Amino acid sequence: MAAFLLQYLPIVIMLAIAGVIALALMGAAWLFAPSRPDPEKISAYECGFNAFDDARMKFDVRFYLVSILFIIFDLEVAFLFPWAVSLMHLPHPAQVFAFWSMMGFLGVLTVGFIYEWKKGALEWE
Amino acid sequence: MDLLAIAFYLLALVACVSAFMVVIARNPVHSVLFLILTFFSSAGLFVLLGAEFLAMLLVVVYVGAVAVLFLFVVMMLDVDFGSLRQGFVRYLPAGGVVALVLVVEMSLVAAAIAGKNATLRAPSTNGVSNVEQIGRVLYTDYFYFFQAAGMVLLVAMIGAIVLTLRHKPGVKRQDIAAQTARTEASGLRLTKPATGQGISE
Repeated sequence: MAAFLLQYLPIVIMLAIAGVIALALMGAAWLFAPSRPDPEKISAYECGFNAFDDARMKFDVRFYLVSILFIIFDLEVAFLFPWAVSLMHLPHPAQVFAFWSMMGFLGVLTVGFIYEWKKGALEWE
Repeated sequence: MDLLAIAFYLLALVACVSAFMVVIARNPVHSVLFLILTFFSSAGLFVLLGAEFLAMLLVVVYVGAVAVLFLFVVMMLDVDFGSLRQGFVRYLPAGGVVALVLVVEMSLVAAAIAGKNATLRAPSTNGVSNVEQIGRVLYTDYFYFFQAAGMVLLVAMIGAIVLTLRHKPGVKRQDIAAQTARTEASGLRLTKPATGQGISE
């Protein structure tokens, strides 16, 4: 158990280094940088005129659609990983079955992909 | 206390604290960022259990995709911080009931484990990695569940498109096929106008 966890040691070290660097930069800025805010300095800047409103505005729903479509294909790829790793280690009849099982899965999602392509969901207008 | 226990308690503590911060953070965007920290800590807990593939999925799918979706949703809600705080007392009873049910369930599970005097550990793997263990059974033994997952993804895809896709009429688009299919005959006309007369369309 501990042996395979040791393989994660580089990740932990990397995370520690990243954390130290981030904290050092923020801490140095907090310690040494002059900070004398006034209302004009910290107000939102727009070139040439006073700001109309703040950045909290409604996003176009299309961003949401693109994000959902991305999650779906992300999950599809997630299903491919165990298949790719284990397919060649299965006994032969199970191997053929697992292969066509995945082809059916991909076929179903390809139907969805064709649908979204033809509906123009991937187009940005 | 060995290193494994230290790592577990550290990750569990970070997960609990950041999950709490998700609820009490004033700014919803900060809530989403704390949610990402919770996902990362849970991924670390999965790694400690030996479930490396699930840990990777948690990072790729939840941190990479779901958290981005949450950020979009938070942005789309047109967040008004003042009005968000108002419903707290009104929602307190319903939320309290849900929290109570969860606490009872988790103490029952904990009591059952403590009663059996068993420790929670990942099933023995015999040197086979987590991803291969999943791959050995998912596409054959659990064929119907696998195909059902495909159907659920298809329904999600079509549902998202049907619910949100609205085409604006009259938007001009580049049609590359039509552009490249233009020939000299369809795009060019040679005329020889008489002097001083010009050409009619």
